[in-house]
Amino acid sequence: MAHAHTVKRYSGLMDWLTTVDHKKIGILYLAAGGFFFLIGGLEAILIRIQLMKPMNDFVSAQTFNELITMHGTTMIFLAAMPMIFGLMNAVIPLQIGARDVAFPFLNSLGFWTFFFGGLLVNVSWFLGGAPDAGWTAYPPLSSERYSGMGIDFYAIGLQIAGIGTLVGGINFLVTIINMRAPGMTFMRMPMFTWASFVTSMIILFAFPALAVGLIALTFDRLFGGNFFDVSGGGNVVLWQHIFWIFGHPEVYILILPAFGIISEIVSTFSKKRLFGYSSMVFATVLIGFLGFMVWVHHMFTVGLGPVGNALFSIATMLIAVPTGIKIFNWIFTMWGGRISFTTASLYGMAFIPTFVMGGVTGVMLAVPGADYQYHDTYFVVAHFHYVIVGGLILGIFGGIFYWWPKMFGRVLNETLGKASFWFFFIGFHLTFFVQHFLGLWGMPRRVYTYLENQGWDDLNWISTIGAFAMGVGTLLVLINIFITGLKPRNADSDPWDGRTLEWTIPSPPPEYNFKQLPLVRGLDALWKEKSAGNKEMTPAEPIGPIHMPSPSLLPFIMSVGLFIAGLGFMYKNYDFTNGFMSMLFGYNIVSIGGLVITFACMFLRSVYDDHGWHIEPEELQDKGVKA
Amino acid sequence: MSQTHAHGHHGPETLPPEPEKATLEGRNKILGFWLFLGGETVLFGTLFASYLALRNQINDGPSGEQLFSLPLVAVATFILLTSSLFSVMAIQALHRHDLKGIQFWLGATVLFGVLFLGLEIYEFFHYVHEGLTFSTSAFSTSFYSLVGFHGAHVLLGVLWIALLIVQLSKKKLTVVTAPKVYVAALYWHFIDVVWVFIFTVVYLMGKVG
Repeated sequence: MAHAHTVKRYSGLMDWLTTVDHKKIGILYLAAGGFFFLIGGLEAILIRIQLMKPMNDFVSAQTFNELITMHGTTMIFLAAMPMIFGLMNAVIPLQIGARDVAFPFLNSLGFWTFFFGGLLVNVSWFLGGAPDAGWTAYPPLSSERYSGMGIDFYAIGLQIAGIGTLVGGINFLVTIINMRAPGMTFMRMPMFTWASFVTSMIILFAFPALAVGLIALTFDRLFGGNFFDVSGGGNVVLWQHIFWIFGHPEVYILILPAFGIISEIVSTFSKKRLFGYSSMVFATVLIGFLGFMVWVHHMFTVGLGPVGNALFSIATMLIAVPTGIKIFNWIFTMWGGRISFTTASLYGMAFIPTFVMGGVTGVMLAVPGADYQYHDTYFVVAHFHYVIVGGLILGIFGGIFYWWPKMFGRVLNETLGKASFWFFFIGFHLTFFVQHFLGLWGMPRRVYTYLENQGWDDLNWISTIGAFAMGVGTLLVLINIFITGLKPRNADSDPWDGRTLEWTIPSPPPEYNFKQLPLVRGLDALWKEKSAGNKEMTPAEPIGPIHMPSPSLLPFIMSVGLFIAGLGFMYKNYDFTNGFMSMLFGYNIVSIGGLVITFACMFLRSVYDDHGWHIEPEELQDKGVKA
Repeated sequence: MSQTHAHGHHGPETLPPEPEKATLEGRNKILGFWLFLGGETVLFGTLFASYLALRNQINDGPSGEQLFSLPLVAVATFILLTSSLFSVMAIQALHRHDLKGIQFWLGATVLFGVLFLGLEIYEFFHYVHEGLTFSTSAFSTSFYSLVGFHGAHVLLGVLWIALLIVQLSKKKLTVVTAPKVYVAALYWHFIDVVWVFIFTVVYLMGKVG
């Protein structure tokens, strides 16, 4: 074959805007998700300052509503999921022995739509007010009658970001199904890849429901629709059903990858094969399935009747079974293992009891009769922060410390890492443990202030102190990243004595990942070779030219187009004082212009076939890369 | 990479019997598209659920029973189902490596798609004339959303396949263009299946009550 293609190679900023390399896109996801995590964290701290003492007037009631809405929306959609996507992008192709993801171009498109969607939600702060109807945006509160333009930013911004998530999910599914290295059967896949596989499946079936909900909300608010407008025959409970049939699976989209990370960490740092691997796979798939069967437990108090409530209550409690299987498997993996207490390992071990506590309060909430008492109190707030922060965020931090050397070629500082862990871990329990009692003692969620001497004063004060400690823990992680960034790239290819394929290639990996695809001969492929006394993997193919996709600016431009179109639709009916602006938006010039940009890019992409380029074997030899 | 079979006297000698699945890129594209259609199923499922929840909320506006004309919808259904048959013929031509055949049958698909769209636009104009606008009732909003989403899918499909026909005459049938044809046919079948449900759930149930 002749490989005479020449390809434009970019550097600097253009390299990042045009990259289709899954490792770089992983870094972009991690950076953008981390940025939104800081914004969401700042919002959390402002919320806790306001609630620090009774009758506080640090922020107004309106600002408080905006803060809680944006905190929830940002953390779930713009921080937690993108950081997971960052790790998935960085790790999955390496774990299954692939040179790339299935659709590199779409991977880039997924990142940029997420980024510009997230930006659109957040610019609302500067353009007339952030969304203020809670992250669940229940109508009629979120209707144009009771909420300002913030909800338009919410609906359209999340719609655009959702495209990115869906595209990413499909990409990972195809990558995992079609691009595993020879010998990498499904039952030899590392747990993180398995968890990401099931997560992607949930994304595929949950996100389109959210898309319809957001479209319906947009239609109601901007185009005079009646989906949720009771005066036109609409039904507000319909929104709740649509939202939660997406929203409950979303919880498992968040937590399953964390389960996967913990499985990797616990097994690596205990120097043992994961206990009950096949039951772990079974439990993951079962949780993925049950996640769709339980959405009504968010609606026990709506009045759907005892039969419905009872069925969804039982289905909800069933999830405790596979989750319990996982918890015991992690404990049995550590049992008798040679445990090393690295930062990643600390996060992994702290995850287990913390998540169990969140799970147990989840079973408590699954009892409809009891839920009538807990509903909309701080008990619920405590519960979901225990599973999402105590589960997912501990998992992400663990994953970051675990895979940082692989992604960046530098090992994060362990002393600083441990300090950040203890600040975050103790701060977390200080913040949220007491909120269980606040809830049981009657403090409703979403209130911007409270009267003194109701028994809530001290616990709220403690909770705020804890929030500051978590903030310090997060800052220490940032400082750690900064300091480590100043050091040379000298990380070993396998700094933790790892078990899976990503540790067989240099840190950071070359752009083609594997010079020769590895032959996988069992679960924990690298460990199997190590125990057989081999220094490296057996190659499954001779050295040959490696096909690479070309970089492209189109995904970036397409997302900018969607961003512009989103603004255009939002301001369609807006009362501008400026005649020119009114014309631009009122006649849909802006919205149609934005869509034209996006569709023109789609047209270009479809008409011009880009066959990519090749890295020739001679080039591979020069770099002296080990297989 | 792409294995070469000396098979098929209609097409270029180098093209394998199932050119759409000959490369990893092609197989990825087809699998990814099947998964995408899984997501689309949820999208339409949610729209159907919303419509079913709201279809009796007519809010002083006209009801479906008053408006729907089954003969018109039956003709539209016949046209769309036939267009799906044409896209099957295009895939058969693809497997014969018959470029002209692919273009002919895809052209027929597009033509019938346009006819269907014309009927739908006429239908919507008629309903608006009878007093059923998007804002009239929860029934009207959910009806126009569900059927309109399907219509938008048909429109996109028509534009997509038309562009594909033009591309084919320039790039011919290769392992790169074959998956594109295959995937477009999958999309068109999906649109057809959704319409069968719309015909049943919206029009037949709307007429019977």
